[in-house]
Amino acid sequence: MSNQQVDRSKRRFLIAATTAVGGVAGVAVMVPFVMSMLPSERAKAAGAPVDVDISKLEPGMLLAVAWQGKPVWVVNRTKEMLARLPKNDSFLLDPKSEQPQQPEYCKNGWRSIKPEILVVVGICTHLGCSPTFRKEVGAADLGADWPGGWLCPCHGSKYDLAARVFKDVPAPLNMDIPPYKFVNDNLILVGDDSKGA
Amino acid sequence: MSTMQKFVGWIDERFPLTANWKTHLSEYYAPKNFNFWYFFGSLALLVLVMQIVTGIFLTMNYKPDAALAFMSVEYIMRDVDWGWLIRYMHSTGASMFFVVVYLHMFRGLMYGSYRKPRELLWVFGMFLYLALMAEAFMGYLLPWGQMSYWGAQVIISLFGAIPVIGNDLSLWIRGDFVVSDATLNRFFAFHVIALPLVLVGLVAAHIIALHEVGSNNPDGIEIKKHKDPVTHIPLDGIPFHPYYTVKDIMGVVVFLMIFSAIVFFAPTMGGWFIEANNFIPANPLKTPPHIEPVWYFTPFYAILRAVPDKFLGVVAMGASVVIMFFLPWLDRSKVKSIRYRGTLYKSFLTLFVISFIALGYLGTQGVTVLTTNLARGFSVIYFAFFLLMPWYTKIDKTKPEPERVTG
Repeated sequence: MSNQQVDRSKRRFLIAATTAVGGVAGVAVMVPFVMSMLPSERAKAAGAPVDVDISKLEPGMLLAVAWQGKPVWVVNRTKEMLARLPKNDSFLLDPKSEQPQQPEYCKNGWRSIKPEILVVVGICTHLGCSPTFRKEVGAADLGADWPGGWLCPCHGSKYDLAARVFKDVPAPLNMDIPPYKFVNDNLILVGDDSKGA
Repeated sequence: MSTMQKFVGWIDERFPLTANWKTHLSEYYAPKNFNFWYFFGSLALLVLVMQIVTGIFLTMNYKPDAALAFMSVEYIMRDVDWGWLIRYMHSTGASMFFVVVYLHMFRGLMYGSYRKPRELLWVFGMFLYLALMAEAFMGYLLPWGQMSYWGAQVIISLFGAIPVIGNDLSLWIRGDFVVSDATLNRFFAFHVIALPLVLVGLVAAHIIALHEVGSNNPDGIEIKKHKDPVTHIPLDGIPFHPYYTVKDIMGVVVFLMIFSAIVFFAPTMGGWFIEANNFIPANPLKTPPHIEPVWYFTPFYAILRAVPDKFLGVVAMGASVVIMFFLPWLDRSKVKSIRYRGTLYKSFLTLFVISFIALGYLGTQGVTVLTTNLARGFSVIYFAFFLLMPWYTKIDKTKPEPERVTG
């Protein structure tokens, strides 16, 4: 044994092969652990649509419901509120809703199916806080030109009453409009916009 | 030989007990001129032990379940014997950990403790700081109050700002579409098992690295340059035990007086240690009108808010922490200690401390034009301290270092 030469190239090969195979196995074993942290089947299934009864929602009022664990707002906008929307356009980041933050049928000036009824996921597109409803025009702390909308308490992002984001605030996008449909005049189904049924 | 000596001898043949005692305590020679600022390393270790012990006992009654968590904390506070004390020790310990660590890091800045040959010691320390921030952040979710919930929502959303993978990454961290029971459960796992293990491992690496290179001192000179020719013991070194163990016990006594005063008389510190909104159960539908992180994160939070762009804001905030890792290589001064540095470095360090505290304060305040502009100014100073360091430390007029420590 003692006079036997060490075959260095064979040793290098075996070390490399063992490291490579072991490394692949190590990474492969990580996969199930990493995947186990994704939303579970139950969490995914919890996104079922919710009914919202808007028969008691008076003009100018906001109703908050939970869908997929997120706050969804239904706002009954007054005629005056709707009339002010186009005047905001030049101060907005995405006035025409070019970004895919709404279903195709809500890509319009008021971002809704019926102009007065706004349905929106009430989560700020900056860092996920839920903005505060500040409908009062010219609120003292927001300036005389405040047209009404939402103010995010976390980092000061501002949205108008069509949930469109203003320029020069941290939020990069308009708030998300979920898929929804009117079952009848007083009932909205949030989370489902399929025809029929 | 006494029975005790025989017993220790029996152990030493099987485990290097005496050898380790000597290496790390009775024959670890530390500079004899340590001052007030050298209390905070051992105090950080003390707080770590307290957090682990109180944490174990909290776990016995806490329920990591979105439906039960808030009430289980109230249960600990009201119905468990001495539960209020253990809980307030833990919540006060979290803030005091950062007080001690920030003072410990400031000591390093003053005396150049991160300079060669202590670069790795500093880097291990920075990893400890990162792990501590993760530990504190995840722990703050567990009481499941309003501030727990929305704080976590904001911080996890930060990852969503990363291009391409961001949204999937934050989904993976939460394990749900919003912060939920899944998030709470996994944060509990990280907070009580994963991160404490990492912290303890890093503390070991930090101390091993320290004892390899030896402690720095307020003069910023190497005591190993002047050794006794016979014993090879540094002439300005004294054994850690008993000299510094006794000194540190004195520091512990004073620290525990302050700590107890907080636990017994002001456990929420008027909203600085536990925020008022966290006594309201988490409500995923309503963000409190004013949210802010706990004080130890607010300097970085202010930097995040100072940048008017989502992605760049996150980058600036990340950079404000990561840049500290590079301190050993940014500093080009001929001397280590502030005692022998010129006015230029002293001015920059003073401005840095002022801007760090100011950013910390601004991070707790609401967003107005004034606070945003102030935060922008202080953020610039914060980064200038690091980015201009290679320049101002090089041209700064330094005084000659002494050969031996000055006491």
